[in-house]
Amino acid sequence: MYDPTVARLTYRALLGRRRALILGALPLLLIAISVAVRVLAGADDQTAADILGGLALATMVPIIGVIAGTGAMGPEIDDGSVVYLLSKPIKRPTIIYTKLIVAIAVTMVFSAVPTLIAGFVLNGNGQQIAVAYTVAALVASIAYAALFLLLGTVSRHAVVFGLVYALVWEALFGSLVPGARTLSVQQWSLAVAQKVSGGDLVTSDVGLTTATVLLVVVTVLATWYAGQKLRTLTLAGEE
Amino acid sequence: MTTLSIDHVSRWFGNVVAVNDITMTVGPGVTGLLGPNGAGKSTLINMMGGFLAPSTGTVTLDGQTVWRNEKVYRQIGIVPEREGMYDFLTGREFVVANAELHGLGAKAAQQALATVEMEYAQDRKIATYSKGMRQRVKMASALVHEPSLLLLDEPFNGMDPRQRMQLMDLLRRMGDEGRTVLFSSHILEEVEQLAWHIEVVVAGRHAASGDFRKIRRLMTDRPHRYLVRSSDDRALAAALIADPSTSGIEVDHGEGALRIQAVDFARFTSLLPRVAKEHGIRLLTVSPSDESLESVFSYLVAA
Repeated sequence: MYDPTVARLTYRALLGRRRALILGALPLLLIAISVAVRVLAGADDQTAADILGGLALATMVPIIGVIAGTGAMGPEIDDGSVVYLLSKPIKRPTIIYTKLIVAIAVTMVFSAVPTLIAGFVLNGNGQQIAVAYTVAALVASIAYAALFLLLGTVSRHAVVFGLVYALVWEALFGSLVPGARTLSVQQWSLAVAQKVSGGDLVTSDVGLTTATVLLVVVTVLATWYAGQKLRTLTLAGEE
Repeated sequence: MTTLSIDHVSRWFGNVVAVNDITMTVGPGVTGLLGPNGAGKSTLINMMGGFLAPSTGTVTLDGQTVWRNEKVYRQIGIVPEREGMYDFLTGREFVVANAELHGLGAKAAQQALATVEMEYAQDRKIATYSKGMRQRVKMASALVHEPSLLLLDEPFNGMDPRQRMQLMDLLRRMGDEGRTVLFSSHILEEVEQLAWHIEVVVAGRHAASGDFRKIRRLMTDRPHRYLVRSSDDRALAAALIADPSTSGIEVDHGEGALRIQAVDFARFTSLLPRVAKEHGIRLLTVSPSDESLESVFSYLVAA
């Protein structure tokens, strides 16, 4: 199911170009802000929860997910180099599964690790806030990577759609329309984080069972569908 | 011995018919797929390579369906026309990756790089390669598993004459070894120099199939039309029509020119300046009026 050559090509494509700069810039920004807040305002649990929830989980994680998820597949389809993968006796779902693993790993490294660091900087993991949000980032990384990998497989405008979903749906609608929150990767991951923290600073609108089921269903369905789409991917000619 | 069979294949995109009911069999040796730009060659090659489903009809490789069948790629090597090819890798890394995806190792990759004579630049990034070098590395990636069928989409585009010759030698060698090699081109001379057998596609239809000499003759035996302006059109017309290489002349008053139909191309081109000189006539314009490839093809379709 996992092909090391496909993985190597994907890692190098993701981490070799300008993408790496963007992937690195957001986490650095988060840590820089955390340091500034800690120095200026001192340690405060509520502030830590606000920054980790509003900046890290609601903004940074989905954006990293968009970059890694769409970047693992989209550019190869755009420039036609995917033909070198498709013209091999490898099962299409293997290609998708491998790229998913890579996208998840990259999203986790660039979102969960800085979230943990920022959490410790902000309040030294008081009330388990740093760990709770890190777990949320890890869980969200899986679902985002799967969703955006699918998007990169089916659409040429994957990055735009991905950012619209991440910023408009998750951040804006999520805070305005209560129903939208049920269908939000962010809320599902918060449900898991709530369980970890045990306190009342990390809360979700979705119950843990619902959240877990939805996370698994979305990840599995998106991955399966991306594999099916890749099996019938049509490479347009130059004509 | 590998045979690719295309059986009553059509492909349309919305209302546009790109490939219209084509049936052909491609066997061992070098086959040229010839047709003007936009004739449907790339669409056809994409269907042969399993990257596009035929709307109707079937494409099979020794009886196995090509579409949605990854296993056929053990036998197929593909050289796509598009340039995208992991520019951030070196040539060697690229070919090794292609070998690994076939379950082979660095040794097979090295052999393929040697075959295309790219060892000297194998450790440079692909981004720094010239068009011809890219084409050769693509070839190496397609040859790494010693496929019995090689599909190449416009492989000579943008290559300089020397690179072109090298690639032709290589493809000829592949054909001599008994592999089935199919390449597309819109340039008659390329196909003529390389292919033993040609398939002509015009406007999505299969226009001709067979030995290139026969088809070439059909193309060259057709009447050539010229538009000629001179200092004395009528005197020139009288002198030209006396020679059997000219089959008809029309005096076009609107254009102020002669429309000449020549049947023997070689003879006519040496006759015209000679006759003009003998009669003291100055030639002002001599332009072939139907030399574009499309008109050559449409003549062929009519034939």
